[in-house]
Amino acid sequence: MTRYVIKRVFLAFVTVFALSLITFFAMNAIPGGPFNKEKASSKEVQAMLEKRYNLDKPLGEQYVLYMKGIFHGDWGISTKTGRDIWTTLSSSFKVSAKLGLIAAGVAIVCGLVLGSIAALNRNKLPDRLIIFFTTLATSMPSFVLASLLLLVFCVKLKWVPAWSAENDNIILPIIALAAYPMAYITRLTKTSMLDSLSQDYVRTARAKGVPKVKIIFKHALRNALIPVITYVGPMIAYIITGSMVVENIFTIGGLGSKFVTGITNRDYPMIMATTLFLGALMVTANLITDLVYKAVDPRIELE
Amino acid sequence: MQYTENGMPKKNPLSAQIDLSKFSTDDFAPATDEEKAQQEVMGESVTFFKDGCRRLSKNKLAMASLIVLVLLLISILVLPAFIPYSYSGINTVGGKRDKTATNMAPFTYSKMEQQYMEQTGEKLFPHVMGTDSLGRDYFVRVIYGTRVSLAVGLVASIMVLIIGLLYGSISAWCGGIVDIIMMRIVDIIYSLPDMLMIILLSVVLNERLGAIIDGVPALKLIGSNMIALFLVFGLLYWVGMARLVRGQILGIKQNEYVLAARTIGTPGGRILRKHILPNCLSVIIITTALQIPSAIFTESYLSFLGLGVKAPMPSLGSLANEAREGLTSYPYKLVFPALVICIIVLAFNLLGDGLRDAFDPKLKR
Repeated sequence: MTRYVIKRVFLAFVTVFALSLITFFAMNAIPGGPFNKEKASSKEVQAMLEKRYNLDKPLGEQYVLYMKGIFHGDWGISTKTGRDIWTTLSSSFKVSAKLGLIAAGVAIVCGLVLGSIAALNRNKLPDRLIIFFTTLATSMPSFVLASLLLLVFCVKLKWVPAWSAENDNIILPIIALAAYPMAYITRLTKTSMLDSLSQDYVRTARAKGVPKVKIIFKHALRNALIPVITYVGPMIAYIITGSMVVENIFTIGGLGSKFVTGITNRDYPMIMATTLFLGALMVTANLITDLVYKAVDPRIELE
Repeated sequence: MQYTENGMPKKNPLSAQIDLSKFSTDDFAPATDEEKAQQEVMGESVTFFKDGCRRLSKNKLAMASLIVLVLLLISILVLPAFIPYSYSGINTVGGKRDKTATNMAPFTYSKMEQQYMEQTGEKLFPHVMGTDSLGRDYFVRVIYGTRVSLAVGLVASIMVLIIGLLYGSISAWCGGIVDIIMMRIVDIIYSLPDMLMIILLSVVLNERLGAIIDGVPALKLIGSNMIALFLVFGLLYWVGMARLVRGQILGIKQNEYVLAARTIGTPGGRILRKHILPNCLSVIIITTALQIPSAIFTESYLSFLGLGVKAPMPSLGSLANEAREGLTSYPYKLVFPALVICIIVLAFNLLGDGLRDAFDPKLKR
């Protein structure tokens, strides 16, 4: 186990390093720099600006300087707004994290409940209804769902006010974000629950006269949880990408939108910071998922 | 030997043999083909592929989605030929630009068109889905958007298939240090945040390749944006396929028939082609079918963020994005492209599930 953990942690570091390399050189390969605007500032001003952001140095040196800064906790200054990246990043991350965590929680809880209901009522009406709606939800991009929700509940019915600084009603964005992972978890739970319900230990428990509730929660659901755990890593990835679009629709200034505007503005420090931050987050989530997965189920062999 | 009158040998009373005199020569006539057919216990021998197709054709949902997809494909290929509007051109009436034709509801005519029809008595082709804010026919734009989305989905999954298949089979076949290095590379690419990489790389490739692509007429027709998208999808999504192929091949390599083939001196390439690849074909087909909707999803995300296909070429995602501006007044403009995306993705998902049930009975629950 220790060897496996060390190997995985090492791989995670290599991944983040590769990510920083790819992002750095890719964004520098986009023609046009942060200070090439239509209204050209004078040559001296441009040179000064480039010097301030180390853009006059060779690419390799820029990269080394940037990474040194990161290791010292210095995320740089935005070339667009001139503000400290870390303050922008942490404030928008709070919004994204709140949204993402609630959406993930909703998706997991609802998914598990619906999946168990579907498995326990196999081929009956509740099962069919649940499977019908989850199939629909998995074939609907989050931006379609988000726009439709906005259209119906905000514009037509006026049940929910539109998102603004004073009014942070996050029900609609959460529904839009949670729908797909919830549908996926429901299907996953259903198949694994059916699998564990047909196992010998469930039959034995039933034969002993263990109450049904106890069989479901103690024997079936606990074993059915294992495949669901593996989905948590990809789910976080989905919620991050989905939030990019959903934040855009509900005009919530989260991390995802910072990345997209960073690219259009050629805001190099912003692109690097958002990519590294989100990348590190995803890699860590995947790492923890894998480790928990192996820890929860001792039957799984380590590579 | 003595014979009875019906030509059969006479039985010795003490013999334990069957009394043949009870039979006649007619009883020993060869069976006709019809009689032989009655004895046939075995069903007609079917190949794996035929068997899968038969199982697939019994799956109603999968067949319905196949029909929907085929109809959709035919209509997006054929319909533009009958509609007298283009996806990029602003609506014209009698050669003049029609400024009144913006943001029209489905099946309505603009003032200029109504005047024109009254004057000439000629019936103009209706705007089935209305027009957009610039006065372009929305139906044609949705059709072209569907074309783009489907093309991205199909080309991306074919690229994923080719790269993943080659990489995975080389890695599994070589084994040892080659395998370890190749798989570590896959591990790293696999854990990169794909959406961020796709956004970044598609912008880079689009800007960098633009000059080269515009120089070649055939490629210019497709557009540098589309080619950048194809390349990025191909570059990032093959890792899943490579892992899958490698795992399958490693499993099949353990089988006795591979050992037997090796013992009689079959060259490695032939074993790979004749024994191993056909056995992992079903998993590959299923994964490719399920790859298509995920590529369509990603493309629509990109276009929705304004980073996908370049205007005036529409894609379903960019149409949905444009529709947001007038969402309160013209909700149908969001509904049409959204509906088409949902139908395509749903159909591909159901077809993929059907294929999995039909071709991989082991996975079926």
